[in-house]
Amino acid sequence: MSISRRNFLGMLAAAGASAAVGKKAQAASADFTGYPDSYGVLHDTTLCVGCRSCEEACNRVNNLPAPEKPFTDKTVFEKKRRVVTGVYTVVNQYKEAKDGKPPIFRKMQCNHCLEPACANACFVSAFKKTPEGPVVYDPSVCVGCRFCLLACPWALPGYEYDDPFAPVVIRCTMCYPRILEGKLPGCVEACPMEALTFGKRDDLIKIARERIRRHPERYQDHIYGEHENGGTSWMYISGEPFDDVGLRTDIGTTPPPKLTAGALGAVPIVVGLWPVLLTGIYGINKRKEKIAAKEKADAVAKAIAEKQAEADAALKAEKEKAKKAQAGAVEKAVKKALADAAKKAKEENA
Amino acid sequence: MSVLSHSESGDATFLDIVKLTVKRVAKAVFVVPKPTPFNIIAGLIVAMGLVLTYLRFAYGLAAVTNLDGNMPWGFWIGFDLLCGVALAAGGYTTSAAVYIFGMKKYHAAVRPAILTGFLGYSLVPIALLYDVGRPWRLPYPFVVSQGTTSVMFEVAACVGLYVTVLFLEWSIAPLEWLKLKKIRNFLHKATIALTIFGVVLSTLHQSSLGAMYLMTPGKLHPLWYSTYLPVYFFVSSIIAGLSMVMFEGALSHKYFAHKHDEEHRVVGEQVAYGFAKASSVILLGYFVIKLIGLAHDNEWAMLTRDFYGWWFLLELLGFVALPCLLFAIGAREKKLKLIQVTAGWTVFGIVLNRLNVSLVAFNYHLPSSERYVPHWMEIGISLFLVTCGVIAFKFIVTHMPIFYSHPEFPEDHH
Repeated sequence: MSISRRNFLGMLAAAGASAAVGKKAQAASADFTGYPDSYGVLHDTTLCVGCRSCEEACNRVNNLPAPEKPFTDKTVFEKKRRVVTGVYTVVNQYKEAKDGKPPIFRKMQCNHCLEPACANACFVSAFKKTPEGPVVYDPSVCVGCRFCLLACPWALPGYEYDDPFAPVVIRCTMCYPRILEGKLPGCVEACPMEALTFGKRDDLIKIARERIRRHPERYQDHIYGEHENGGTSWMYISGEPFDDVGLRTDIGTTPPPKLTAGALGAVPIVVGLWPVLLTGIYGINKRKEKIAAKEKADAVAKAIAEKQAEADAALKAEKEKAKKAQAGAVEKAVKKALADAAKKAKEENA
Repeated sequence: MSVLSHSESGDATFLDIVKLTVKRVAKAVFVVPKPTPFNIIAGLIVAMGLVLTYLRFAYGLAAVTNLDGNMPWGFWIGFDLLCGVALAAGGYTTSAAVYIFGMKKYHAAVRPAILTGFLGYSLVPIALLYDVGRPWRLPYPFVVSQGTTSVMFEVAACVGLYVTVLFLEWSIAPLEWLKLKKIRNFLHKATIALTIFGVVLSTLHQSSLGAMYLMTPGKLHPLWYSTYLPVYFFVSSIIAGLSMVMFEGALSHKYFAHKHDEEHRVVGEQVAYGFAKASSVILLGYFVIKLIGLAHDNEWAMLTRDFYGWWFLLELLGFVALPCLLFAIGAREKKLKLIQVTAGWTVFGIVLNRLNVSLVAFNYHLPSSERYVPHWMEIGISLFLVTCGVIAFKFIVTHMPIFYSHPEFPEDHH
């Protein structure tokens, strides 16, 4: 069952508007697999004929300026184009018609990841994954650092480098306002080939699987975006290898928030441990110095005391010696005086 | 009661001090520059910078840059931000070595290192004013809408706080010049706390600059992309800081010899020997963790596969292993000249590494026709900003006690 513009409204009525209102957010879960019942778009590149009706519709519903060359001009396919100022989506040609095989085109725009790298990278939280599916961007807080462009694995967003005063990030909104009104995204509504299918992401995966199962000769056995970069709301099936239609297959399935989770997890460790360790090292060095200073002072004091004691002892010995010498001299003098006196007395008596 | 009121002399009023301070600053600033070769070249660069600044802000980024959707970050982020922050790491490494790790004999190296750190970090937000689309919104992540899941939020918060810390650490020199004793002494008491805070903030943002590129596993060449990127950036910032202190010491010694007092002259040489030894050890550690990174992702075969492999080997062997060896020889044999040349070589190696991550190995998967080459005006604006930094450096070391101790403020130790 394909959900196109013809039966979309019926489907929406059947599903009820509950999905559009949004269920309880589950973004905080460790293994986030997308909001339940969120919408997405499946792009079947085998059906795309490069008519650029989607581009025209996109410019119309988003009030974007008309391009230099009209949308009917096929010479634009000579060059690879990308999202730039005034352009939210482009169709590129990847292969020319050959041996009766039709040319290969693919429409590109924001893939509306389940866990967007741009939202994770933004330091003012300008990006938000809505429960309905689209990733929305709020230019009123955007500083213009362009980390979102850097972080996007497909380099999908553009930036208004030529606007000096109010440049904004350029990207597809999946027509979020129209979805809320119960309308289809402009490009899906305009596609005459039903190469674009809008619906609940879970249903789109089932549809894609069914097409691949029925026509294994027609499709690569892979739904691009089911798991890439943690899963996207805009998905692709293709007859050509995905690398040949500009969809890199080497970007892995890791949701972007996991890439920096370890580094951000180290912050509390550094903030908590570093001051304690550094203060400790400072304290130890300070104490070492204090002890060294005290030891030095003690050693000096001890040396002084020893020298003092030595000097005191020497002085004492000298003093005693002097005393002894003095005492000897006195004795001698007394003896001499006595002897003299005796001598004198003898002479007088004689 | 103002903290100013007790500075200078006891009975000077607040107004007196303000008047005197303004007079001192005016006397130093308003002088007619002499036509020396330095002044002429610097003047020409500044004139060019002012014209380019006008073009940037009047006509937008597209007028002066080659940035596009594939390459949103160009030379300004690669050089001004990544290299600027790494090379300004001398402030936290030197003050940590001296105040925390007790290497007091290198005390004379702290002020020049803090000054370079402060000037380097001041240029970062100025460079970002040119780079971001709406520069007047730079405070938004703090006051309007906090994107706390972003590594860049961490970078912004830490760099913002660290510029403040560096300003406070540096401001002791101008306060001595202006003889504002009371505030100077108050700030001087906070040295240890500021140093520890500075090391915490530097650890966080130096590593986070690398962590920003963790977001780009598909765009950055696998030889440079590694889950160890934050560790690489942090460890190499220590090497960059130490090397800058040695390299700059050599230049200052040559060009500002008359401003050095005896202590700073003698210590300059000792610092070179000590820091060369430290750098050699840290470079060895850096070399080993780079090898662990290669082993972890099993990228040995890539080393000789193509241009990127050889380029990576050149960086690893020529700018990590070689200076590691040369620093060791220089420190052991006491070869000052060898150490100074190696320091310059190492600084160049860190610049090479940061430019490799941000420009050369980035978007390696794109055909060369879609690759980014910086516009000359991008380089012109970076040159203008660096020149402004050099002019500020020259002014400050000419007037303030950076290479000598102020006679009225003998450097008391912590």
